[in-house]
Amino acid sequence: MKKTIIIGGGAAGMQTALRLSELGIEPLIVEKEANLGGKLRGWHALFPSFTPAEEVLAELQRRIEEKKIEVRTRAEVRSIAPRSVTLADGTTLPCDAVVLASGFTLFDAAIKEEYGYGLYDNVFTSVDIERMLNEKRVARADGSAPRRIALLHCVGSRDEKVCQQHCSRVCCITGVKQAMELKQLFPEADIFNFYMDIRMFGPGYEEMYREAQQKYNVHFVRGRISEAAPTIDGRVQIKAEDTLTGRPLRMSVDMLVLLVGMRANDDNATLNEELRRAPSGFMAPRDHFLHHVESNVEGIFYAGTVTSPKNIGETLDEAAATADAVAEYLKN
Amino acid sequence: MIRRNSWKEYQKQIADDRYYYARSCIRQNFFPGSEKAFIDILQNDLGRDLLDDPKHSSCTGIGYHSDIVPLETIMTVVARQFALMTEAGYEHFVASCITSFGVYTEILATWEEFPEMEEKTRENLFKATGREFRKPTSLAHTSDIMFHFREEIARKAKHKLVNSLTGEPLHVVEHIGCHYAKIFPKSGIGGSEFPYVLAGMIESWGGQCVDYPERRHCCGFGFRNYLVQANRGYSIANSHKKLESMVPYKPDFIVANCPGCAMFLDKWQYAIAEMEGTTYGENGHGIPVLTYEEMAGLVLGYDPWALGMQMHQVDVEPLLDKMGIDYDPAAKYLGRNGKYIGQPDSAVVNGCPPETLYGMRE
Amino acid sequence: MAAINFGYSISKPRAIDIDRNNLRKSDEILHEMPELQTCIGCGSCTAVCTAGNLTEFNFRKVHTLVRRGEYQGAYEEMNKCMLCGKCRLVCPRGINTRAVVMLIKHKLGDL
Repeated sequence: MKKTIIIGGGAAGMQTALRLSELGIEPLIVEKEANLGGKLRGWHALFPSFTPAEEVLAELQRRIEEKKIEVRTRAEVRSIAPRSVTLADGTTLPCDAVVLASGFTLFDAAIKEEYGYGLYDNVFTSVDIERMLNEKRVARADGSAPRRIALLHCVGSRDEKVCQQHCSRVCCITGVKQAMELKQLFPEADIFNFYMDIRMFGPGYEEMYREAQQKYNVHFVRGRISEAAPTIDGRVQIKAEDTLTGRPLRMSVDMLVLLVGMRANDDNATLNEELRRAPSGFMAPRDHFLHHVESNVEGIFYAGTVTSPKNIGETLDEAAATADAVAEYLKN
Repeated sequence: MIRRNSWKEYQKQIADDRYYYARSCIRQNFFPGSEKAFIDILQNDLGRDLLDDPKHSSCTGIGYHSDIVPLETIMTVVARQFALMTEAGYEHFVASCITSFGVYTEILATWEEFPEMEEKTRENLFKATGREFRKPTSLAHTSDIMFHFREEIARKAKHKLVNSLTGEPLHVVEHIGCHYAKIFPKSGIGGSEFPYVLAGMIESWGGQCVDYPERRHCCGFGFRNYLVQANRGYSIANSHKKLESMVPYKPDFIVANCPGCAMFLDKWQYAIAEMEGTTYGENGHGIPVLTYEEMAGLVLGYDPWALGMQMHQVDVEPLLDKMGIDYDPAAKYLGRNGKYIGQPDSAVVNGCPPETLYGMRE
Repeated sequence: MAAINFGYSISKPRAIDIDRNNLRKSDEILHEMPELQTCIGCGSCTAVCTAGNLTEFNFRKVHTLVRRGEYQGAYEEMNKCMLCGKCRLVCPRGINTRAVVMLIKHKLGDL
């Protein structure tokens, strides 16, 4: 039986493994964390249907167990080659093909110093909000309920200042989703989304955006928040331009939520020197159409966000395509 | 108070001794004791070697930023300062002015990116003066130097930035000149968003920094802007905005590291008080504005009048009283030689009701 | 108080200050016509506007300012509208723009 090592046990890695096993190929998932799940773990609900992330994750995990797929957790990968994977501890695992499904790294919001993440109370990231939603305790630092919330799109995306020029794609819809979730929790609160462009690329996204506007009365202001500062009463003062009126705009808010982007993993550069990367640092597939799940190195394949930001649905689709491509490759 | 934990990521080499000192062209008028205090503190209190070279000139930064002095000219002037430093056998350049510091930083970066411009400047300087130069091995602003020695100064402190009656730390607004780190964030201690250069001194000397919403906002100095009288409305509006924003924090004083900022934050308080009757400090007074040398001088026990603090628009006595500093009120307007230097009329900003004021406004 | 004439005065801030603006009217307008919130700022209304092609009237900008609590002059601006209805024909969000004009005038006319 041919063996394929899948690096990364998130949505992409799990789905690739499941499909490979259906195709009669033996998968081994190598995951650096203690558990499978990747970024799905800790997420609250998925757009556009508000499906609990836990539901999707639990089902994937159930199938992995059902198919008795071999998983090595707490195993960090140092380098990859078409027929072997070397771990950080020096162990080399032989195989017949490799799928890199190592995903992305969350942009560290503290790098955008002007927003004071980690310095001021009441500045949060979209990830913090998901965690707080899961914990069923969304509140300001002092435990009180917010009356006014601002969500800022494109933190760590489309921003030359932090070397992240690409669009992370999912933050816009995450901002819409979280605005609606926050409004459900705090019906009295005013919610403002600050955006540069609203990119509603997925099924049902535009409809959701409209619902947030019309039904939830979420205010959308086209303009990027340029700085945040703490006020004497522990709120956050923000400044932006309301570009549609051509006037500077300022206000203080009880919570500022930074919609953090996806950036390329640092180790994309070091896993195998021959692998081509896009200017964004994400892995570059052989081409974007007919070989989009293959790398430029024969025998090394990609699945999920290791090549570019994607949503969960796209990731699961692509992982199936990756497994098919691996199977095709191993036939020859 | 915010957690300023990011400043340590922005560090720069600051020389420990042997400085070539470049003065500001305007500071002597507004805060005449500050540069002298810097030299005295460095040479006498800290025992460092510093050359105050009478041969150096203005960096022409104000002319440059007002579109009067062309880039080639200012580069040649800067090259001459470096030549004087080289000839004197120094390699650590210290500028007293934020505009100058910005100019030097910008020119050194320009030469790094465009070596042909450096070559051209060398040629221009040689043709004009016959001088040659080496670039400084370190470039610092004087506030960087003061920051560098903040713990040494703290150990010699005669006074702390503490309210001597209550024992509470003084609340200090620190204001950083825009050209200190907003153009080249890595050139400033703490970077551009959370500069630590003044905050570090304040904390080391017992005070507490005030982090108010408009902390990063420009004072409104801006060269071309305030030079034209008709434009001063939005120049003063910037200081106005800052003052309005800091008032709820009840600052005991403001400290700035830029000649223009200290001057504006001080003098605009006078103008605002005269125009609107608004004052921002305690008991109907303005908020005293200090330079960091004056702040260090007070900490080290210098006489406030020797530091030139009688030249401030906003009276500093309420602060001196708070800090428990002894001073002779009668000596305020006596010059270094004991001669009366004249004194300003009373003003709204110093707590005088407008109707008791002098007749010039009738 | 006889103030000194300095030859300039303190410029007033141009910023829309949401903390200072009274959003009550804005909230009422959005409550009565939630669809106005769906404006995506495409400018179609202003492009076809009969009045806007001959005067400074910019329907999109005026209703956006009203939503931010900037009511100054909005009533007068809305009076420039000829109620021809072209804007309603082109709005990709299907906003009843004529009704927006009438609502804003109704809410702000009594100020």
